[in-house]
Amino acid sequence: MDKICRILLVSYGVYLLIPLYWLVMISLQANADIVSGFSVVPEAVSLANFTEIAASAVWRSAFANSLSYVLINSAISLLVAIPAAYVFSRYRFLGDRQLFFWLLTNRMAPPAVFLLPFFQLYSAVGLFDTPFAVALAHCLFTVPLAVWILEGFFSAVSRELDEMAHLDGFGFVEFFLKIFIPVNRGAIGVAFFFCFMFSWVELLLARTLSGSAAKPVVVVMTRTVSASGLDWGVLAAAGVLTVIPGVFVVWFVRKHLVKGFALGRV
Amino acid sequence: MIVKPRRDKAWLGVLPVLLIVAFSAVVPLMTVVNYSVQDVLDFNTRFFVGLEWYEATLTDPRFQAAFFRQLAFSATILIIEIPLGILVARGIPRTSKYTGLIIVLLAIPLLIPWNVVGTIWQLFARSDIGLLGVVLNSVGIDYNYTSNPADAWVTLVAMDVWHWTSLVALLSFAGLSAIPPAFYQAAEIDGAGSWQIFRFVELPRLRSVLVIAVLLRLMDSFMIYTEPFVLTGGGPGNTTTFLSQYLATMAVGQFDLGPAAAFSVVYFLFTLLFCWLFYTSVIREDDG
Repeated sequence: MDKICRILLVSYGVYLLIPLYWLVMISLQANADIVSGFSVVPEAVSLANFTEIAASAVWRSAFANSLSYVLINSAISLLVAIPAAYVFSRYRFLGDRQLFFWLLTNRMAPPAVFLLPFFQLYSAVGLFDTPFAVALAHCLFTVPLAVWILEGFFSAVSRELDEMAHLDGFGFVEFFLKIFIPVNRGAIGVAFFFCFMFSWVELLLARTLSGSAAKPVVVVMTRTVSASGLDWGVLAAAGVLTVIPGVFVVWFVRKHLVKGFALGRV
Repeated sequence: MIVKPRRDKAWLGVLPVLLIVAFSAVVPLMTVVNYSVQDVLDFNTRFFVGLEWYEATLTDPRFQAAFFRQLAFSATILIIEIPLGILVARGIPRTSKYTGLIIVLLAIPLLIPWNVVGTIWQLFARSDIGLLGVVLNSVGIDYNYTSNPADAWVTLVAMDVWHWTSLVALLSFAGLSAIPPAFYQAAEIDGAGSWQIFRFVELPRLRSVLVIAVLLRLMDSFMIYTEPFVLTGGGPGNTTTFLSQYLATMAVGQFDLGPAAAFSVVYFLFTLLFCWLFYTSVIREDDG
């Protein structure tokens, strides 16, 4: 059985890589070559599609827009989730369990349900077509997830740490900022990874809440398909570029990642 | 089990979360409920219609068709992804210099924007320029996901397995890593084979992470929108139109506020119901 599992892992790894290989291959070819002939290994390889994206103001601002709402979302999510996760992990209080479960139910709401009210809400408060609208909308699923993950990590940190700091004369705020947060930087990294991931990959809300000014990269990609007569090469190159930030983040948190899953509670 | 001290002042700590969630979930949800009982002609002319839209939604044959399609899709991908994910996780070496690399590789599909996932599979499966499509057709299998509903389904399921099995595998791997080595030593002394170790040592200890994995996959597959939207656009015909896509057409495409809102409420309640059914059935097993 151990052998079967090892074989499955390898075959699954190959299964993961083949479509990715194809994406990279397409991104390195000119559109005329992609459409005209089929070959597994391309004859002429060039970075033309990537330079086209780098030279285009639309694509550049799209990447900047996406990164800005993802970062705003992560910052808001962590800022509100850290204190909440701390009190969930340290105290019992009126309605704590119900509140915790209720938070998770927000993760179960299909984003399509919120399209219309979000559109009206953010138009009414004047945030429509700014990165803040998308960032706040994504809080719908990143905040519950961040609280959930951080609570698991914080519960694993011994309460003696809190008491020692108190005996050493630290006030609560000082303890929290100077001791507790640095001790849990791994946990916060993992929570950041998840906020980043779910905000970065989402299309439906991002598309609905952005007009022409704050257009994110995922939206520009869907419009490339319809508008400029299917330039597969540029589309694939943009796809490759959207994978890079995520890989970068996961590489830094890979050790904490596995631990984070195991500690999370239901 | 450590007993936590009781302190109602701790509410101050959750207040920011409540404010954010109230703004991003409660207010919009109330708006939806409000619309769902009204006929909105324009923003100043509306009539109270009671539960009419709910009745219309539940008896709408297109809603019913999308609903059963959705159930079939969620069931299919759960049946494939959960066992496959567990087995793949067992294959990951626990302590090797490659472990980190394997984890990063497995995490890659999770980090790709969902429309890019659709685009990747479009490029991969097209019968004119895609590796998969061209290879299948050249070995004599007539494959075209844009015109044949069965091919569209197989492609969507293959794409979802590609996209999400990693999540199950990573969660299971985390659960496996948390099993103390003493458990394995004890099983070895008892002469347990690898199947028995899996069945009696590993599987019971994976329960809590598997609950999370099934819940996440259940709710996310039930909300799937972007990948089929890019890959098949719901077609050919309506054969791959799932609930979210039907709803998005109604709300944004046709601007039918009342019916779309009633649809939303029904949709949300069904998602909650399935998650709750699963959750309570697992909890009850726990007590018994």
